[in-house]
Amino acid sequence: MTSMTAPKTAAPSKGQVSPGRKRSAMARRLIPYGYLTPTALLIVVLMVVPIVMVISYSFRDNVIIQDDSVLTGFANYTKVLTDPDFLTALKNTAIFITVSAVAHLVLGLGFAMMLNTQLLGGVTKAIFRIVYILPWLFTIAVIAVIWRLLLDPSGVINYVLHTLGVIQHGVDWLGSPTKALWAVTFVNVWSGYPFFMISLLAGLQGIPGELYEAAAVDGTNWWQRFVHVTLPQLRPVIISMAVLDLIWTSQQFALIWMMTGGGPLHATEMLSTYTYKQAFSEYEFSTASAAAVIVLLLTMVLAFFYVRQQRER
Amino acid sequence: MVLRTSRLKRALGAVTAAALVAFVGACGSSNSSDTASGGNVTLEFAQWWGAELPSGEFDKIINDFTAQNPNIHIKLLSAPYASTKQQLITGAASKTLPDVVGLDGAWVNDFAKQGAIADMSKLMSDSSYDASQLASQVQVKGKTYMIPVVNFVYPLFVNKDLLAKAGVATVPATRTEFLDAAKKISATGGDVKGWALPLDTAVPNGIQNDVMSWLWASGGSMLKDGKPDLTSAQVKSTVNYVKSLNDAGVIAPGSLTMKEQDKVEKFTNGQVGMMIDSLAHINLIKKNKPDLKFEVAALPAEDGYTGKRGIPYASWGIGISNSTKHKAEAFKFVSYLMSKETNAKLSTIANGFPGNKNATPDFSNSDPMFKTAFDIYQQGYPANEFVGLPKSEDLMRTFDEQLQLVLTGKSTVDEALNKSQQSWSSVIE
Repeated sequence: MTSMTAPKTAAPSKGQVSPGRKRSAMARRLIPYGYLTPTALLIVVLMVVPIVMVISYSFRDNVIIQDDSVLTGFANYTKVLTDPDFLTALKNTAIFITVSAVAHLVLGLGFAMMLNTQLLGGVTKAIFRIVYILPWLFTIAVIAVIWRLLLDPSGVINYVLHTLGVIQHGVDWLGSPTKALWAVTFVNVWSGYPFFMISLLAGLQGIPGELYEAAAVDGTNWWQRFVHVTLPQLRPVIISMAVLDLIWTSQQFALIWMMTGGGPLHATEMLSTYTYKQAFSEYEFSTASAAAVIVLLLTMVLAFFYVRQQRER
Repeated sequence: MVLRTSRLKRALGAVTAAALVAFVGACGSSNSSDTASGGNVTLEFAQWWGAELPSGEFDKIINDFTAQNPNIHIKLLSAPYASTKQQLITGAASKTLPDVVGLDGAWVNDFAKQGAIADMSKLMSDSSYDASQLASQVQVKGKTYMIPVVNFVYPLFVNKDLLAKAGVATVPATRTEFLDAAKKISATGGDVKGWALPLDTAVPNGIQNDVMSWLWASGGSMLKDGKPDLTSAQVKSTVNYVKSLNDAGVIAPGSLTMKEQDKVEKFTNGQVGMMIDSLAHINLIKKNKPDLKFEVAALPAEDGYTGKRGIPYASWGIGISNSTKHKAEAFKFVSYLMSKETNAKLSTIANGFPGNKNATPDFSNSDPMFKTAFDIYQQGYPANEFVGLPKSEDLMRTFDEQLQLVLTGKSTVDEALNKSQQSWSSVIE
């Protein structure tokens, strides 16, 4: 005969937690961090580390190319901020991004309203939609090559303008120090407006029809409806897009580099091309880092407005 | 319990994945190349040559090397010139260059100063290599860091039809004849101009190929005892001459942002009558415009000059990474490329001139113009004073900007040369 006895186990006293439970509670707390770890690591490796390195380079001299780099404080910043080429690049960038953003907005809104109108049929709208979106489908390299050919002194643009009697002689759009900045800005506007157009079209389609009906009942005309209904409804989209566009356009490098290389005579020099030349032509990685940090700070100001606007929404 | 275990596993999985990412990241930052297993060595060879040669031709040359040296494998990292340049500049800065690298003479000084490329003089002496067979070596402070494998010369290209239409009977051989011919071609009307001058500052090699070439063709030099000498009478005469071409209105418009490819395109389309260009473009021009009648000639020299004419060139150079563990094997590969037979073969398929003096390219299947150019090359001497200079691209850009000021009437020749001299002197010490 066998008898079974219950094992002697002490009941856990109040406030005491068994090791198993302790482990499981800790695991529960760790799980969210575990999921976040890959992303956090990627952010650290791909963003935080490079940014910190560039900032540290900007306070040193002889970085990267020599082993004996030395701390120089703000000397690189002083050098960059007193360099006439940098100031020219800053001015050009300000003109380039402001004109581009305004033109993107005006063109994008105009085309979006056209595509949203009831006056055109579905097929016509579809055709225009494809035509208007075409510039967005080309890569920057293709855009640069196409427009270099079009804007050549013996290119199509001059031929058309000459035929129409607008100009008498071939204009050197990209080779003239007074025209080059406007020429590359025009190309940037051409290549970037479709994104505005699509976003604003989505915004327009989200405006309730009742608002327009109510405005019509009040006896408003088209312009009044545009100013008092359309624009206020699109305001959040317009502000977001404009701030993002300013940030993106300030980082435009490939288009400028492939079209003019920052020339002629620094007429199209941008902060991006200036920084690139400092790093990869002059091998002045310290001043290039200082210039990059200045660009980062300027971009952060724009990013601040973007984030604030998003929070308000 | 099961649920808890599964959660724990998931948490561990996430942490493991993160660790893996970190590990991969760490691997990415380590030195790139050479795997040695069982006595076999794999050498990475980064260059832009493979991208410019007919498909598969470079692989054949590499395979022959592997057949002769079964324990050395070559992994080709071929990319276009611009990408290769960017990769090598960042690789040199981070000391992660591939074992063997294709080099442009313009990069050598900076790479050598950074300690990124190896002293090949030592490797040559260690392996008792006969350096006398090399046509040239690029040195920094007396040590060889680059060996030019194939050279591409830049002769004068002349559109024969335009020259005939302009009533010019002979190809210009002097500066006066060139200006005269350029004026007559420009006078034929339409959009046609006598000459193209690419001065784009993104890649400012127009200064080397299209401006300084006039100086070298008359036996001049922009350096004196290794220091800049831009205010010399010869350099001034060269810049004045380019200005006179501009003042005469014979230069194709758009030159301030014109790139080398634009120049070739304008010549191919018959929009300019003459250009100074790489011989490597003959096939491209013939492919794009088979009926274009053109020929190559020596660069015009100053009136009355009778000495040997310098002819600008660009090279496919080769160097060895200072951080490779297999320098001996890497040099064996370099020796193979520089051997008489291989070098001749490579020059033939590249339409260039060999870096080995004893190698003779086979022109039997090439355009007769290559033979003409080879004769010009042998009668003159290869001249490119930017090779081996520090920050040479930046030197070209500085000169380019000053020349643009002269051509737009914003500066005098003397002012431009003085400013260039000052700027260059701060770089070339």
